[in-house]
Parts: sequence; structure tokens; C-alpha cells
Amino acid sequence: MFLIPDPVVRFFHRMASPPHFYAFSQRLMPWLVVIFLLLTAAGLYGGLYLAPADYQQGDSYRIIYIHVPSAWMSLFIYVVMAVAGAIGLVWRIKLAEIVAISSAPIGASFTFIALVTGSLWGKPMWGTWWVWDARLTSELILLFLYLGVIGLYGAIDDKRTASRAVAILALVGVVNIPIIHYSVEWWNTLHQGPTVTKMDKPSIHVSMLVPLLLMAASFKFYYLIAMLQQARIELLLRERNAQWVKNMISESK
Amino acid sequence: MMMKPARKQRLILIGLMVIGAGLATAFALKSFNENLMYFFSTTDVVEGKAPGDTLFRLGGMVVKGTVERPNDGLTVRFKLTDYSKEVTVEYTGILPDLFREGQGIVAHGKLNAQGVFIAEEVLAKHDENYMPPEVKDSLKEQPTPVTGQKS
Repeated sequence: MFLIPDPVVRFFHRMASPPHFYAFSQRLMPWLVVIFLLLTAAGLYGGLYLAPADYQQGDSYRIIYIHVPSAWMSLFIYVVMAVAGAIGLVWRIKLAEIVAISSAPIGASFTFIALVTGSLWGKPMWGTWWVWDARLTSELILLFLYLGVIGLYGAIDDKRTASRAVAILALVGVVNIPIIHYSVEWWNTLHQGPTVTKMDKPSIHVSMLVPLLLMAASFKFYYLIAMLQQARIELLLRERNAQWVKNMISESK
Repeated sequence: MMMKPARKQRLILIGLMVIGAGLATAFALKSFNENLMYFFSTTDVVEGKAPGDTLFRLGGMVVKGTVERPNDGLTVRFKLTDYSKEVTVEYTGILPDLFREGQGIVAHGKLNAQGVFIAEEVLAKHDENYMPPEVKDSLKEQPTPVTGQKS
């Protein structure tokens, strides 16, 4: 298919089969958990203990080790959800639909964490909990988009129809993602400009940057773990009448 | 392997939908552009682009050496700049942690008859630089970069 190498295509074809996905994700889980724990331990130790205090904010800046990775995840998960939704719409692959809807609550949680930690930091640093500038407002809209996706999915009983409706909502909402990212450059905002994700050299000292990137990687693994667990549950619910689920249950008895 | 026509059609439809939503949003944002600005720059104020009689927000850098407390009370006077024009700001109240000379701030208030900006609220705008104090000390000789002050 197009330019994708054959083994990759075969891998995705196998993963699209529910019993294979169920078994494979189970085998993968311990590895993911170990990597996640190592990354988190290293990131937290580096961020809270090794990294020096900031020249202006002192120790208060350390909230970035939660705030920034959460904000990145809120955008990243949304894109994953929209792409999985599109794949579900075009190819009608059940697993893509499940990955899309399983991502929504995790993305919503990260968005909420980003908003709350930002607010907690904003009060002492800016002097206010909240302002209606372009960055904060667009991130709040992202939270509502996630909640809309979750609500719409719950409101439709037939889950295949629900997945299609949710995918369309998610795809329309994709327009918000570049707005969030570039809001601090396009408009005057109280929120500062990008520190790491810009063309230039990051404006953060390397001793502070390394733990931040470790935390970002750790959050990615957390998302994988949480999303796969949620997807396995969703898969069992949808496939509860399928033969492979019945076989699995009778084997475990 | 070719895509089946039905799938191809769905893919095109999705593409058109995303592009359509993007275009609609782009036009909407373009027309709201001014309203999405969180603050006016000091140049806007000097050139008379800022509202004269209503509350608005003014952003800029606190000019070094201009912060003074005229009555030794809570009132502070300082000059704000965007490295082109300056505006004097007066504020009575508690300043945020990050308020200092050379730091970006956003003040909410209005201009009085003398062209002094009477602020009701002052917020510190943090820049995107993070570094340990020792690194900052070694950078002291170099001029600080202008950031986040596009108008």
C-alpha cells in the first residue's frame, strides 16, 4: 500500500484483529509499566532534586514538570483521537474506533491537569488565577471538545454509530489544535511564548530541559498504558458475544 | 493495492470537512483579530489607537530605573515600554511576585486626562526563559532579548 513497507502493513492488519490485539496488549503491558516507572522516577528526581532553581521564580517553576507535559499530552492525544477516528470512518476498523474513544477521557484529564496546574502557578506569578487570553481560552475549549466527545459517545446506544458521530466531532475540533499551539505567537497573550517547541534553540537551561523531556516521555507511556487498558475493556464490551471472548472465558474457568 | 471507491470517497469527504472547518475558523479569527489581543502595546496608546474613556489592558516592559513610590504608600509609578514608545502607569495595590524592572507586565485600567495610565490591576507576564541564577549572572553583560512584545 502506497509507500508503507510490507511488514508494517502486516503488523497493523494483525493488530486490527480483536483477539490478536487483546493478547498482544496484555503481553506488552508489563514492559510499558516498567518503562513508565523508570522514566517517571528519573524525571521527578531530575526535576525536583537535580535541576537548579530558576533565576526569577525560584522553586515555583518546578510545576512545569507536570504542567508542560500535560499540556503537550492534551494536544497529542487529541490528534491521536482524531486520526484514529478518521481511520475508523474511512476503513470502518473497529479497533481504530475503540482507540479513539478510549483516548478521550485520558486527554480530558490531561487538559484538566494543565489548566489547574497553570492556574495554581498563575496566582503567585501573574497575580491571577485565570485570564481570558487566547491560550487559556483555546485550551479550555479543548477541554469542552473532549467532554463533548465523551458525552456524544455516551448518548448514542449503538456504539458503531456513536463512534462515527464522535469521529466527525473530533475531526472538526482539530482546527483548535494549531490555534492552541500558535495562540501565543499570533496574539498578545498573558501566557508566555513557547520555550521548547520552537525553531530556535530552547530557552531553557539544559539541566532543566532534560527532566522536562523525561517527564514528557513518561506521560506518553502513561497514556499508552491507560489507553490500552481502557481499549481492552471497551473491546470486551463490544465483542461480548463473539466466539473468541466466549472461548477465553470458558478457558479461564 | 488500490483503495476501494467507497473508502476513497469517504477519505475525500473527511478531508474536505477538515479543510472547510479550518477555513471557516481562519476567516472568523481574522475578523475577530483585534478582539483576541489580550492587551494594547504602549505604541498603540501613544498613537491613540487605545480607547480613551474605557478600561483596557496595556502590556509592556517596565523601564529600568523608573519604578518609584511617590507617597511612600502602596502607590507605584513606573514607565512601560515596547522599546519604541513609553507610557507612565500608576497603580495602587499589591504587585505580583514577578513584578520587577525590565519584566513584562499587563496592566488593566484606563488613561486619565494627563495621559497617565491608572491601573486597577497589574499582572506580571512571565517570559519563556528558564535558567539557574548563575547562568543569568553570566548573561548580565548581554542585552536581554525582546520577547512577546509584538504589536
